[in-house]
Amino acid sequence: MADFLQTLVAAITAGSLLALIALGYTMVYGILKLINFAHSDVVTLGAWTSLTAAMFLLPRMGVDLAHPAWWAAPLVLVIAMIVCAVIGFGIERLAYKPIRRAPRLNALITAIGVSLLLQNAGQLQYTITDGVKPIAAGVTSERGNDPATIRLQTSVTIAAGERYVLKITPKGSPAPIDRVLTMPAGKYPAGADLRFDGTIGRAQSREASFQLDQIFTPLRLPFGKTPAVAPYLLPPVNIYPDYPRYVWRHEFQSSFTAPDGSQQPMKKMLNIAVVDVIIVIVTFVLLTALHFLIYHTRLGMAMRAVSFNTDYAALMGIPIDRVISITFVIGAVLAAAAGFLYSQKFSLQQTASYAWVLLGLRAFIAAVVGGIGNVRGAVLGGFLIAFVDAFGSFYGTYLFQNANSYSDVLMFGLLIAVLLIKPSGIFGSATREKV
Amino acid sequence: MSRLLAAALIFLTLMAAPLRADDTIKIGHYGSLTGSEATFGQSTSNGLKLAIAEVNAAGGINGKKIELVEYDTKGDSNEAGAVVTRLCTKDHVVAVIGEVASSLSLAGAPICQQNGVPMISPSSTNPKVTEIGDMIFRACFIDPFQGYVCGKFAWENKKFKTAAILLDQSQAYSVGLADEFEKAFVKFGGTITIKQQYNKGDQDFTARLTAIRGTNPDVIFVPGYYTDVANIAIQAKKLGIAAPLLGGDGWDSAKLCEIAGKAIEGSYYSNHASPDDPSPIFQGFVAKYKDEYGAPPDALGALGYDSGKILFDAMKRAKSLDGKDLAAAIAQTKDFQGATGVITINDKRDAVKSAVILELKDGRPQFVTSVKP
Repeated sequence: MADFLQTLVAAITAGSLLALIALGYTMVYGILKLINFAHSDVVTLGAWTSLTAAMFLLPRMGVDLAHPAWWAAPLVLVIAMIVCAVIGFGIERLAYKPIRRAPRLNALITAIGVSLLLQNAGQLQYTITDGVKPIAAGVTSERGNDPATIRLQTSVTIAAGERYVLKITPKGSPAPIDRVLTMPAGKYPAGADLRFDGTIGRAQSREASFQLDQIFTPLRLPFGKTPAVAPYLLPPVNIYPDYPRYVWRHEFQSSFTAPDGSQQPMKKMLNIAVVDVIIVIVTFVLLTALHFLIYHTRLGMAMRAVSFNTDYAALMGIPIDRVISITFVIGAVLAAAAGFLYSQKFSLQQTASYAWVLLGLRAFIAAVVGGIGNVRGAVLGGFLIAFVDAFGSFYGTYLFQNANSYSDVLMFGLLIAVLLIKPSGIFGSATREKV
Repeated sequence: MSRLLAAALIFLTLMAAPLRADDTIKIGHYGSLTGSEATFGQSTSNGLKLAIAEVNAAGGINGKKIELVEYDTKGDSNEAGAVVTRLCTKDHVVAVIGEVASSLSLAGAPICQQNGVPMISPSSTNPKVTEIGDMIFRACFIDPFQGYVCGKFAWENKKFKTAAILLDQSQAYSVGLADEFEKAFVKFGGTITIKQQYNKGDQDFTARLTAIRGTNPDVIFVPGYYTDVANIAIQAKKLGIAAPLLGGDGWDSAKLCEIAGKAIEGSYYSNHASPDDPSPIFQGFVAKYKDEYGAPPDALGALGYDSGKILFDAMKRAKSLDGKDLAAAIAQTKDFQGATGVITINDKRDAVKSAVILELKDGRPQFVTSVKP
């Protein structure tokens, strides 16, 4: 029972995230007939922007990351949404709009290009240039073997308590080696020998040039290059003082099969985490808002009209460009929300990691299974895929003992079955190709 | 443009290289000195240079000094093939050290084999590397041994009776290690309760861990790379799984503790060397390395050092420095006292040596024990 419920919780949370992402694919397809492969990268951007904002901005606003204020999470979410909205808008304007009338294959290739561009842009090291200021240069001291001394070529004043980084470039080496040091305070004229704590290693100090930089925090923006874990910003609910991040824990009496084949009793815990509940709530709120927007506002009517027939919609005076831009922005905002929630649940892989591609791929399958172009279908598809994945990997092992993981087989099998039986997807309406 | 620059640099290097002198012995090293695995090549190079400095200070080999010719592979297998060809045919080195990554060693090894130049890979653990031919050796253990070490440690040291396995079915490293662990653990008398598999890119292991939890294992064997392991550790703790995790050298990164934090505390993994290893020969190496480079060595630095030491030991014993004689001498290496343990080269040209087991405690790996072959 505990196992079943725990898997159910996993499936519902994963389904919520997939639904949020699948909406971005389906909305863009519905309006432009374009599969926006860069969408999963906007999710990645949302997740990494959340992490960067939380680690970089919040401490400078006086937020203690160990005990974040209640407004920290909404603030980070809004920042991620704004950044993604701007990027989503930019992608459409710069990459897709110029080729809107071109054959569909061109747009598809462009989408892949944008995706790769975003993935690799995230790999750059974002250094804030005024974080480090060069203050002195030097060469190897004539005392040669003494590794802790350099001869200064320029005068320098070392302040107590500040951090410095010594860049050592051994002769013939292309790049300097960095050592972060604290230096003895004082004024040193040019030509003086500067001693410091620690060693730099003889191999480096033989015939090397030095540059001494003062470090001003911040040094680097934490973004995308190496795996990282975002600070937890969601509220602790103190129902279980030892486990503040859980809203419900319940112990079930169960049993397991011991190596000798006998059934032994064991206690199994069902855990529902705060983040799981918040993922479901945020998704529900956003989906309701989107539903209202599409079916009960003039903008939504315009979007449906453009989706129905772009040229007729234009003739009726609907500003096509604006509607398309808004669609991209809405998709990006939902992706940002998914990215933020993801960053609170999982640790983040670097931006070009396959983990993000897989996430986007699953969401795309969800959109296709539900009926691409159909908003309700995307939500249904998201949950369907998540349930197949979670229960497939849980019960798959009981069906095929010690066999490979069959969750992907089931997931793609479902896709093939849907495409064979109802090619337009579960909620999709059959479209006749006009000849 | 960069190709042109590279060509120009290579040309200059060749011009600058001194003419063949008979009073030195040239050896080659190819490693990833730049690129995303730059620390792999740099550490190996540092360790190797230390070994060369030692042998030269002691008078060299039969009165001749060792001279190192080193090239950067940039972590690229095409580049690795090109530089090894250059080492063998242009620089006429008597032996080659490299690479760290198995895929790059597999690119360089056939060239060494064809040219009859002995090659020692410091740290490629894939069994295929030394299967290339009789000129190819390695200074580290291979993946099957690592699986055995983990199984032996779990059964004998920790007295674990049951184990679950959670592996990445898309990584040959992970699949191989899991198989070897299962073989060893079952042979000792243990039971594998469940074997769960995930795919590259999976982030949510909840369903798989829930299935594992249902079988109540004493330990969970996770032969993956550190980013997946960190996620698995966090999610296992969330499910209330108390069993520790156990894994291989794919865990070896400072990032693991950084990401997983408290969730990974009390878990174990096998590795080539540990900075805490109390053996005097290793501590002597650590002291020398720190003195020379200002930072403690990692396992790769130690293996680079040992590769050099094995080669020089063989050179002293070899009839001549011809490829065949030198390879025969390397193959006869027995009970050699290296920094990473006592090394014997077996008939498959792999190093037979101890592995260390590390426990993640207080946010860093700490030495627990070393397991002999």
